Amino acid sequence: SVSQSCMVRISSLYPPPLALASCAKPRDPALKKRDDFEDILEERRSSSDLRYALRCYVPVVYKGIAPCKPGVLKTAVLQSDRLRHVMSKETGESADVIREEASGILEEMAHRLRLGTVRFFAYSLSKAFKALFQRVRVNEDGIQRLQQSIQEHPVVLLPSHRSYMDFLIMSYILYTYDLSLPVIAAGMDFLGMKIVGEMLRMSGAFFIRRSFGGDKLYWAVFSEYVKTMLRNGYAPIEFFLEGTRSRTCKSLTPKLGLLNIVMEPFFKGEVFDVSLVPISISYERVLEEALYARELLGVPKPKESTSGLLKARKILSEDYGSIHVYFGHPVSLRSLAQGRINRSQYNLLPRHIPRRPSQETQAFVNETAYRLVRLQEENMVLRPWVLVAALLLQNPDGVDMERLVEQTSWLRGLAVSFGAFLDWPDYVSASKAVASSLALHTGLVRTEGGRAQLAMEPKEPGSPEEDLFDRAASVLSCASYRNQILHVFLRPALLGMAMQMAEASRKDDIYSCFSFLRDVFSNEFILCPGGTVQDFDEACYMLTKCAAVHVQKQEVVATEKGQRILSFLTSLFQPFLKGYQVGPAPFLELVDYPRHFCFLGFLPSATSELTCYEALSSDVQKNALAALLRMKVVRKLKV
Amino acid sequence: MKFVCYSHVCVVWVLWFPPKLQSHACVPLMYAEAMVLTAIRGELVVIPVEWSWLTLSRVLFSRQEVMKWNGWGYSDSRFLFNKKGQAEFTGRRYRLSGMVLPSLKDWFESTFGASLQHKSPATATLNASAVPFPSLNEAFLQDLKSTGIPFSHEAEDRVFRAHGHCLHEIFALREGKFGRVPDLVVWPNCHEDVVKTVDLACRHNVCLIPYGGGTSVSSALECPPDETRCIVSLDTSQMSRILWIDEKNLTAHVEAGIVGQDLERLLNESGYCTGHEPDSMEFSSLGGWVATRASGMKKNVYGNIEDLVVHIKMVCPRGVVEKSCQGPRVSIGPDIHHFIMGSEGTLGVVTEVTIKIRPMPEYQKYGSVVFPNFEQGVACLREVAKQRCAPASIRLMDNAQFQFGHALKPQVSSIFTSFLDGLKKFYITKFKGFDPHHLCVATLLFEGDRERVLQHEKQVYDIAAKFGGLAAGEDNGQRGYMLTFVIAYLRDLGMDYYVIGESFETSVPWDRVLDLCRNVKERIVRECRERGVQFPPLATCRVTQTYDAGACVYFYFAFNYRGLADPVNIYGRVEHAAREEILANGGSLSHHHGVGKLRKHWMPESISDVGIGMLKSVKEYVDPDNIFGSRNLL
Repeated sequence: SVSQSCMVRISSLYPPPLALASCAKPRDPALKKRDDFEDILEERRSSSDLRYALRCYVPVVYKGIAPCKPGVLKTAVLQSDRLRHVMSKETGESADVIREEASGILEEMAHRLRLGTVRFFAYSLSKAFKALFQRVRVNEDGIQRLQQSIQEHPVVLLPSHRSYMDFLIMSYILYTYDLSLPVIAAGMDFLGMKIVGEMLRMSGAFFIRRSFGGDKLYWAVFSEYVKTMLRNGYAPIEFFLEGTRSRTCKSLTPKLGLLNIVMEPFFKGEVFDVSLVPISISYERVLEEALYARELLGVPKPKESTSGLLKARKILSEDYGSIHVYFGHPVSLRSLAQGRINRSQYNLLPRHIPRRPSQETQAFVNETAYRLVRLQEENMVLRPWVLVAALLLQNPDGVDMERLVEQTSWLRGLAVSFGAFLDWPDYVSASKAVASSLALHTGLVRTEGGRAQLAMEPKEPGSPEEDLFDRAASVLSCASYRNQILHVFLRPALLGMAMQMAEASRKDDIYSCFSFLRDVFSNEFILCPGGTVQDFDEACYMLTKCAAVHVQKQEVVATEKGQRILSFLTSLFQPFLKGYQVGPAPFLELVDYPRHFCFLGFLPSATSELTCYEALSSDVQKNALAALLRMKVVRKLKV
Repeated sequence: MKFVCYSHVCVVWVLWFPPKLQSHACVPLMYAEAMVLTAIRGELVVIPVEWSWLTLSRVLFSRQEVMKWNGWGYSDSRFLFNKKGQAEFTGRRYRLSGMVLPSLKDWFESTFGASLQHKSPATATLNASAVPFPSLNEAFLQDLKSTGIPFSHEAEDRVFRAHGHCLHEIFALREGKFGRVPDLVVWPNCHEDVVKTVDLACRHNVCLIPYGGGTSVSSALECPPDETRCIVSLDTSQMSRILWIDEKNLTAHVEAGIVGQDLERLLNESGYCTGHEPDSMEFSSLGGWVATRASGMKKNVYGNIEDLVVHIKMVCPRGVVEKSCQGPRVSIGPDIHHFIMGSEGTLGVVTEVTIKIRPMPEYQKYGSVVFPNFEQGVACLREVAKQRCAPASIRLMDNAQFQFGHALKPQVSSIFTSFLDGLKKFYITKFKGFDPHHLCVATLLFEGDRERVLQHEKQVYDIAAKFGGLAAGEDNGQRGYMLTFVIAYLRDLGMDYYVIGESFETSVPWDRVLDLCRNVKERIVRECRERGVQFPPLATCRVTQTYDAGACVYFYFAFNYRGLADPVNIYGRVEHAAREEILANGGSLSHHHGVGKLRKHWMPESISDVGIGMLKSVKEYVDPDNIFGSRNLL
């Protein structure tokens, strides 16, 4: 296949690394300390929601500054030097027209936080959450840290994005703990929802267009709006680094636009520091589970609408388990930038005149974004079901319960030693954990006669295409759970695959294969550009720790004991390898392919390997294509 | 006996001392100084008034007898906590002298977490045996003797000229520690003496370090520890004459060793002044101002040193450099004065300077304005600069410094004054709603003819009012300026009680002023915390000069070092971090303190590698053997 042939070519292009040893020794991920959780619904179940929604709400604020009114904020933005500069540059139209336009943009964008609306949400969300979830668990130490940060420096909240629920949950939690409500960057699509859009606006959302490429005025208004809020310490600013909801439950490659904007006031000395708070929101069952699988198979996303929301009411009757929200340690932008960013580069140009960030700045922002997403990943709570799902996907023909329990228990040990944040207390036995996992996901697994198997058979047989669709959908649903744990195994698995690929034990060869694989998969997983050596060391460290490999000065050798681990790791990532080999193949000539084509274009026979179903995922195809384009293996033709 | 002519002298004093200091009633007495000195030396001489050439500069031949060897200023003037635990300022030289400052103790204890119980006294006397033995260049010494230029290799003379007033320098002296000190001190008496000395130094490969007033705060006077040649400190204090005054062109030709207060006093006798008043003017010298690009408090009227200087004569190893005319402005290539100004003793010795003079101002008036917060204050200063109507001096203190200034209020003599003070406070905080923890004060000094001053004053107060400023009286203004004269004495008091600190400065564009002030102060606080300083430090600033395109900002930074093993090192690191922060926020490496050795680390990034190369090539031509080997700047 294409990618295989290019593998050979490209890997031979890689010069052997000069120095493999990095200065920082990887630390043992299993020793990472994490906070305990509290269930915030517990109190809601025992006391009045109404009183809760109407209680006195006095959040602490940044440096004791009283937040200004939304109107004052707007005026400040419209009269800012930045905007005046843009207006003076804009030619052809009179200043008044441009000002009018800017004011219009701001009107469309700006939030209008109202305590009344917040209270309404506090009340109704209490009801909804209690119906949907067993528990909403929050690490209170993280809340404490956040409270401290809010008083010291402007705060940027960076939650992971898996569901529409994310920002509702965030605001709900901050309200519960009497913290300042964030202003949230939301997509314009929400404004399509009548009433609800405006209500979101009144609970702190501000709306940005999905794309505004060359519109300088829009960009100026938008960035100045965010920066003004940040500089004044108006409220914590919240946005999703991943830019959109991850349909696969894998973290997405971070988007840098907003991160650039919130960092700039620090670079330019307008604030002393900015606290970046990575927040991991993990769902035992994502509300959009079924929708996502269909979307991945090419069914367009339903348009956000109020009627759609009302129709979705029926989900209220289902059990979505628990949510874990982990507020990570605030990361000081100042400390990150120490020694990396020379802030005096901004000394020679008036600060309101926009300028392309320097290369070092771009690299720094990019790296920081990756680091933050990795911090989100690290603190994602994983349920035992995630392990079970990973194992079931490796056994398409089903597996004996006993064996499943044994394997799950083994995998648990491995995952923990690699630093996974497993919500699996010691007193819960493996068999109990497996049983309860299967019970919560009956839609995805069939247990019969002491065997567990992915539920692949369609409920009512239809056309071959429809059957295939259903089978692929259930595989992708299941894969979305397995995906949650991939970040734990990613680096060791890349090493494992590199060892297989190199077919020799020379460290340099393995490293160049590792580096190649890492490059191939850098659209798929969170792999920061430039971190190859560090990742390689980390992988070596982890596999050495569990005695799977033996790393010598010149060689990396698999041990006898390590076979099981290595073969598990490689088969865990097999679907992606396969997906990259076969996935994009049909589209290589058809670059501008229509959305649904990703399903119709490639029909594997029903007997083919289970892993191929994952190659149907538009996500894998998109990433694979992007990787091939990036690596200049294929060329984009204008059709 | 020696007080015989006091009354005599007092009369003279009041006549010549600048009006600003006239109110410093009870007298710093130069003449008395000389008398005390001669008395100490065992001769009883009464100095007649006519001997007005007897200046502090002359007395400074053996300055250790008038001035502290391990602290700031005159030996008789110091702060101390008396038996009642109240602060007082000894001596009779300043307006504050002999006064009790009742609130200083509380401010001191609450600001630094210091306690009068915990003392960290200095070594009382200079232990000459601890001073490294001089390594002399005998051939040089022989030739020097034949010139008749006075010299000394006494330990005291050498130690005194081995340092400026950086914290680490004074701290070491207080502990009785001496590093590399000059091996010899020479006192040339005139330009020709300097020519001879430099010539001999070149011939015998001796390292020369010019010494003026010794008020450097950039480690410029520190001897390079690895200098193996004989180091000779060239003390210019004997070159302190005004050689002529040209009333037609309003210039004076002055020897460069003269210290600020003498220069002003002597010019005042003829009805003139230079108006150049750096905070160190009591002790710093004309040559030193030129060598560091000094700035004076009243630069708005008189200009900074580069605006004041008409002609400079400097002796370099390569020869004497000077211009051939005194034209007020010339276009004859890059201005060679600008190689000299700021050369910090690396190129040669400035021996004579022609400086602009002005008729003494007819009228002076202090003033002050209270602003609700620092932001408003800065906005007001910016507007004043924009309208180009800055008074002779305008300074804006932040809240911490305002409180500091308040702590220096002397005991009020009458119930009426204290009632009045209370009323003012009530008016500002309660009636006008200023938050005492945010308000800040601008101090003003107007100068000129009476009518113009009053008009000018009104203009400035009108602008201030637009920014919420309230006029707060002359007294507050005057006290603000006093702070700058006594701050260095206060540091010595702090050092008696485990508190160390210093000041540093920068210049910065207007739009960056607020950000820079906030970030630098916060950086100081954070760095101190991270380095284990137990009690939050004092980090305060003021805007001290306004320009068309920016301002000069001055920081005070001090902390309680009890419990720290190496306080000076920590101090140095925090100051280093603060400077990095300044540079990152668009501030300059220095506005007027200079670079010395303390800040030369940042020179390449400040003026680019090519810039460094330009300076180096000048140095290489002018002084190829590095005779002026202080190693400042580059």
